[in-house]
Amino acid sequence: MNRKSRLTLRQRRALLGLVFILPWLLGFVFLFLTPLAQSLRFSFSELKVAPNGYELNYIGMKNFTDALSVDPNFNRILTESMTEMAWNVPMILFFSLFTATLLNSKFRGRPIARAIFFLPVILASGAVASAQMSGLIQLTGSSEMAQEVGQQQSGFDAMSLVFMLDNAGLPGWFINYIVDAVQRIYEIIKSSGVQILIFLAALQSVPASLYEVARIEGATPYESFWKITFPMVSPLILTNIIYTIIDSFTDSSLTNTIYQTAFQSHNFGLSAAMSWIYTLAVGIVLAVVGVLVSRKVFYYH
Amino acid sequence: MKTGGLDRQLLVLQMHKARNKTVEWLWSLFRYILIIGISFVILYPILQEISVAIKDRSDIYNPTIYMIPVHFTTENIRLAMEILDYWPLLTNTLLFAASTTLLQAASCALAGYGFARFQFPGRNVLFTCVILTILIPSSTLMVPMYLHFRSFDVLGLVKLFTGHDGVNMLNTYGPSLITAALANGLKSGLYIYIFRQFFRGLPTEIEEAALIDGAGGFRTFFTIMIPNAIPPLVTVLLFAFVWQYNDTFYTSLFMSQSDLIAIKVASLPADANQYLPIVMGLGSNVKADPNHVSMIVDTGILLAIAPLIILYLFVQRFFVESVERTGVVG
Repeated sequence: MNRKSRLTLRQRRALLGLVFILPWLLGFVFLFLTPLAQSLRFSFSELKVAPNGYELNYIGMKNFTDALSVDPNFNRILTESMTEMAWNVPMILFFSLFTATLLNSKFRGRPIARAIFFLPVILASGAVASAQMSGLIQLTGSSEMAQEVGQQQSGFDAMSLVFMLDNAGLPGWFINYIVDAVQRIYEIIKSSGVQILIFLAALQSVPASLYEVARIEGATPYESFWKITFPMVSPLILTNIIYTIIDSFTDSSLTNTIYQTAFQSHNFGLSAAMSWIYTLAVGIVLAVVGVLVSRKVFYYH
Repeated sequence: MKTGGLDRQLLVLQMHKARNKTVEWLWSLFRYILIIGISFVILYPILQEISVAIKDRSDIYNPTIYMIPVHFTTENIRLAMEILDYWPLLTNTLLFAASTTLLQAASCALAGYGFARFQFPGRNVLFTCVILTILIPSSTLMVPMYLHFRSFDVLGLVKLFTGHDGVNMLNTYGPSLITAALANGLKSGLYIYIFRQFFRGLPTEIEEAALIDGAGGFRTFFTIMIPNAIPPLVTVLLFAFVWQYNDTFYTSLFMSQSDLIAIKVASLPADANQYLPIVMGLGSNVKADPNHVSMIVDTGILLAIAPLIILYLFVQRFFVESVERTGVVG
């Protein structure tokens, strides 16, 4: 008590701040940093689980070379997840920005529309998705059939769209992209709930006076979208890209592979090495995206 | 001449107005079509599951039925509940999700407030670490965490007192509760970030007034800051609850044997195949009709998400407003 009163107000505040973050700090050191360091150590070792505890034998880079050159699937799954990520992120971004703008404008029945649009945030569950998938597999007998049936269920003939876009003179890869987006619309909607929320919050924070001025000056809604709305929400585009990339970790086939390597093949070292390769790859992607996008971003404040 | 010019101007003005009106009308029509279309895409799977859940077995092979069955029944729901052991499972899951949610919200609110309002050495470095916990994929920490909780020990204290090599915490609530209480659970970094952004936006005068009136740091936090922080609290509570309820990664890692809905639903297709004939009283040698099994699976999925939908119906208006006012915005 006596010692404490001798501290200045600033020191006391600093101490109090540390007390507030103490639970997190403990968790961070023991449940994040320690496992992280251990995981790094495991990735250079062979790990044998004993009834009480485990043994480590240092084997150098072997796990990493194994993951990249010996394991039959890892390379393929890694590149597939990465391309899938690159493929999905623009779709999700575009869709969520579009939807947020749509939901931000005033119309009758907006509360209901909002409630429905956020439903996927609540229902996005890996367990449900896998159960649905296997339910379909049982019905048809094979997973390939199930996929085909799933595609048929979307009940949309893409050919007319392809012809229409082709006539409009768009390049082939772009048509491919659009058609893919249309056919997987449910998947995209399902994974863009949080992004819509983030964009919506951003749109709400754009001062109304900006739009007013633009209207008085004779700007069309289209112009004011690109000259006002878009720059104002652009910092959030970066946030959303990062969120989308991280979100794709949770249920990707790569995570499953890493999980199975650890707990079904009991090859803990290899699994740690795989996860580190994955972390590095994602880190590089995030860094590149961060640098590229933050140059274009407009900061209002 | 002059009046003619005025007339013309008036006409042009009217035409403009008419055109604007048409454009506006077309745009709102387009908007409604889009919104209804997307809503349909979102609601369709749920409607389909409801339709399957109330459909009688005799309707499976009737190709003329679309959505609305001819024979209604509650048999599917009864069977699915029996296979899932629904009510105990639900109570268990709700208790578990609620307890981790509360712990997580509490610890993350404390940390968020600490980062937002106090100057202490290393604050920025530590906050970068929070962001780091968001960015590192959880699969990197999976194996060490598993081994850690398999023989849980704090600085060798357990070994010192009992002589054993730590406590096996797998298949208990321990791991999840500990990680939640120490703000390192499922997506905790995101929640800390949300709280920090919100607290930073509050005026500092409130705290200064509290300080002058003689309230200590904790009293200020609990009696002044928390009642003001309803929007981020609602957001975090709902997200934490829903994501914990749906989570399969940590639950299958730490407690693969436990009675939690996410785990049971994932294994439901196999379970339904095995137990359906037994539950129906046909004996264990009869093979279940695969179509009937998939009907039960659909019903089970509906039962699994029903609590969330009901919860959402109550909180959704509050939730959307909260998220907007939380300012997830950076």
